[in-house]
Amino acid sequence: MRPGRLRENYIGFQTIVIKEVGRVLRIWIQTLVPPAITMTLYFIIFGSLIGSRVGQLGGFSYMAYIAPGLIMMSVITSSYTNVVSSFFGAKFGRHIEELLVSPLPNYMIVLGYVAGGVVRGLLVGILVTVIALFFTRLHMVHPFVTLSVVILTAVVFSLGGLINAVFAKKFDDVTIIPTFVLTPLTYLGGVFYSINMLPVVWQHIARANPILYMVNAFRYGILGVSDIGIGTAYVIILFFIIGLFSFSLYLLHNGVGLRS
Amino acid sequence: MPHSVTACYAWRSVKVAIFPQPAMQALSLHALTKTYKNGVQALKGISLEVQPGEFIALLGPNGAGKTTAIGIVTSLVNKTGGQVTVFGHDIDTDIEAAKSCIGLVPQEINFNQFEQVGDIVVNQGGFYGLPRRLARERAEKYLRQLSLWDKRHDMSRMLSGGMKRRLMIARALVHEPQLLILDEPTAGVDIEVRRSMWDFLKKINREGITIILTTHYLEEAENLCQRVAIIDHGEIIVQGRTRDLLEKLHSEVFILNLREPLRELRPLDGYAITQVDDTTLEVEVNKSQNVNTLFDMLSKNNIQVLSMRNKVNRLEELFVRLVKGKG
Ligand SMILES: Nc1ncnc2c1ncn2[C@@H]1O[C@H](COP(=O)(O)OP(=O)(O)OP(=O)(O)O)[C@@H](O)[C@H]1O
Ligand SMILES: [Mg+2]
Repeated sequence: MRPGRLRENYIGFQTIVIKEVGRVLRIWIQTLVPPAITMTLYFIIFGSLIGSRVGQLGGFSYMAYIAPGLIMMSVITSSYTNVVSSFFGAKFGRHIEELLVSPLPNYMIVLGYVAGGVVRGLLVGILVTVIALFFTRLHMVHPFVTLSVVILTAVVFSLGGLINAVFAKKFDDVTIIPTFVLTPLTYLGGVFYSINMLPVVWQHIARANPILYMVNAFRYGILGVSDIGIGTAYVIILFFIIGLFSFSLYLLHNGVGLRS
Repeated sequence: MPHSVTACYAWRSVKVAIFPQPAMQALSLHALTKTYKNGVQALKGISLEVQPGEFIALLGPNGAGKTTAIGIVTSLVNKTGGQVTVFGHDIDTDIEAAKSCIGLVPQEINFNQFEQVGDIVVNQGGFYGLPRRLARERAEKYLRQLSLWDKRHDMSRMLSGGMKRRLMIARALVHEPQLLILDEPTAGVDIEVRRSMWDFLKKINREGITIILTTHYLEEAENLCQRVAIIDHGEIIVQGRTRDLLEKLHSEVFILNLREPLRELRPLDGYAITQVDDTTLEVEVNKSQNVNTLFDMLSKNNIQVLSMRNKVNRLEELFVRLVKGKG
């Protein structure tokens, strides 16, 4: 590779990130406000109203127990939605061609969009955390675990959003996966309960859900309690990152959905 | 004697001294084929060589395969077979280097309609690796040259059709490519803007940029390009210097406007002549004949000619004949 190419690639990556973050901030009413409203409602209804009758879970108030799950849920949805809608929009409006004709390598295109998704995920995560602090006290027992898990999870779902966008042919295709796959898996991923509350058979089934590991690892970071082993969680998250990243590179390399 | 070759890099040209080697083409297509998934065979093996500094037109009717060929060169379309090199960089092995040599003005608008004019150009510079400050300088330079600088803060969707085309030209030039490919840049552009676009393209071609342009306006090709390639049904049916191709026309038809109405037309020796109406004649003049003799004869017959013009653009005539001839 020619010297200087790395720097040029980095500039290209930076340009995508600037554009993506600019987009998130420009349309903040669509990107940042909705999760804040939804999560406030969750805290009021589940945390305060219902939670006060549930009592303690894992040694914490129900409100404190579900807070990490709700933060994670909004991070997952936001990072996924960001990349799927932005990348599909670029495909639909054809301005993805601006990137396709440029010498920017595919991995930089993927990284650029993923970085945009992670930034949106983290912004929303911070917002929801701030809202949570109005309802309960959170300590963050293991800061490193908390931060690494939330960032890596945002990476996983940004990659997922990108792959969804590559295959999407119309706007409806952008909402199918979030509605039929992501939301159910998140609800079943231990956001609202500990899997120890489930019958044994269902506990086994629940363990097949990757989101369970991400939510629990994040909860471990904040509260110090988890249904599953943290090491397993990291292994699963990294496995998904490597798998999805390779798959997106494969798709872009062959121009699936992008080049005829 | 070593000569120097300018290698294309994204934001600066580096002069590299090398030993003599076969002259490097700006673009070389070899036996290029493309069959789309739906079975349409858009290219049936076209070969074309473009020398550095040339200004060449790709002519052809709708659906001939022009955009497909350009798409392959700019990696928007996967080729089915054949070979493409851009300034010596094979797109199969050296795609990034090939891409940095090219600037593309696509047939259809493909910028983000909700992005500002200035940002579109600056960001494109970024994708090519231009540091932001340099990208801004270049954006200003080309937006000014294309009279869009005043619009830099406008949403691109607010631009008129002609302005959008010019915006795409500015965007294609921001990384100062060595090869500029324009796919029908003057479609839907008024005459005045078209002329100034032509002047602009001629200017940057003189400054050393190789230009490939597709068009339906044959006047455009005749006016701008030293060379044309005519493509039809996925094949190049003829290519060569514009002047040489025009010489292939054996005859030309002129339309004569007469001063006074002509009641009876007597045959003129050797000229195929027809009367269109009272004051209009059509004359076919072969290469072996000349216009002087024709006028002598007309004078002898007391026919005074007020004005004369070509029946059709000559290149258009050639084009129609070739395309029809193929049938
Ligand atoms: N994405 C595609 N999928 C299938 N067929 C296609 C596709 N794009 C173009 N074609 C077909 O390939 C052929 C060549 O099309 P192309 O766009 O290259 O023509 P063109 O010379 O650029 O025409 P025009 O002057 O109208 O722009 C046409 O028959 C067209 O229908
Ligand atoms: Mg075309």
